[in-house]
Amino acid sequence: MMRAYHWLLPHPFLTLILTVVWVMLQNQVSAGMVVFGLILGIIIPRMTAIWWPDRPKGFRLGKMSVYSLIVLWDILVANVQVAWVVLTVPNARLKPAWIVVPLELKQPEAITVLAGTITLTPGTVSADLSDEGHSLLVHVLHTDDPDAIRDDIKTRYERRLLEIFS
Amino acid sequence: MTLTSVATVAAALSLLIGSIFIVIGSVGLLKFNDPMTRLHAPTKVGTLGIGMLLLASILASIAKGDPSMHELLIMAFLFVTAPVSANFIAKVCIHSRACKTPPSPPRDGTWSTLDTPDGDGTPAPQGR
Repeated sequence: MMRAYHWLLPHPFLTLILTVVWVMLQNQVSAGMVVFGLILGIIIPRMTAIWWPDRPKGFRLGKMSVYSLIVLWDILVANVQVAWVVLTVPNARLKPAWIVVPLELKQPEAITVLAGTITLTPGTVSADLSDEGHSLLVHVLHTDDPDAIRDDIKTRYERRLLEIFS
Repeated sequence: MTLTSVATVAAALSLLIGSIFIVIGSVGLLKFNDPMTRLHAPTKVGTLGIGMLLLASILASIAKGDPSMHELLIMAFLFVTAPVSANFIAKVCIHSRACKTPPSPPRDGTWSTLDTPDGDGTPAPQGR
């Protein structure tokens, strides 16, 4: 029974997302659309399962929604800060810096989410990963204290991601 | 003050705010003189600027009495794909030495972009 379930639904969460996206694309909720979305949501993960051998083991949806809200708020705040930097700081006084963030996260999915978060937050862009995946290279637009930004990334984002993917 | 007029005014406001941020992002793109700092301008436009324009679109559709949720999907896909292009531009900058070479990572040999098999002038990866 469990094996049949895993064969039919290799990625239950992806099935849910595909169904929701399909219903939203139709812009109206009707039983037919939900059923068709479910059919797509079962067929597509099944057909692409070969290329997704692993799936994140633990994933806490509730904590992920809290995380998304925090990130949205940070995007708003950081946007204003970066706009201020663009308008007021002349190029000669701009202090860009490379920051190396040592990673505690191991799962590729979690590191991807962290890198995406860093890039979406204005003022920081995640540039590269070290060859063994133990550090993340981040570029900062303007900072006086690179260490503070590194600690901020670690305490604000990475700690939460460690709890989400556990 | 009906719902329609509230939604219209809110849509106009978010259009204005979104446009301001897009203008600031473009100013940044023109003003900065280094590829890596320039990269920061489009990430800003891609988040708040486009987000506010899409919010305006949602509000306008509500004002017209035909609510549309496609914009939420656009926002979601944009937020998922925008970091990928930024990451690739950053990788090209590092690879082509268009920027200051980053400090080497503490625990591993080198950054994966600099870890090329033909070794085009980079220090050989150590600690394998």
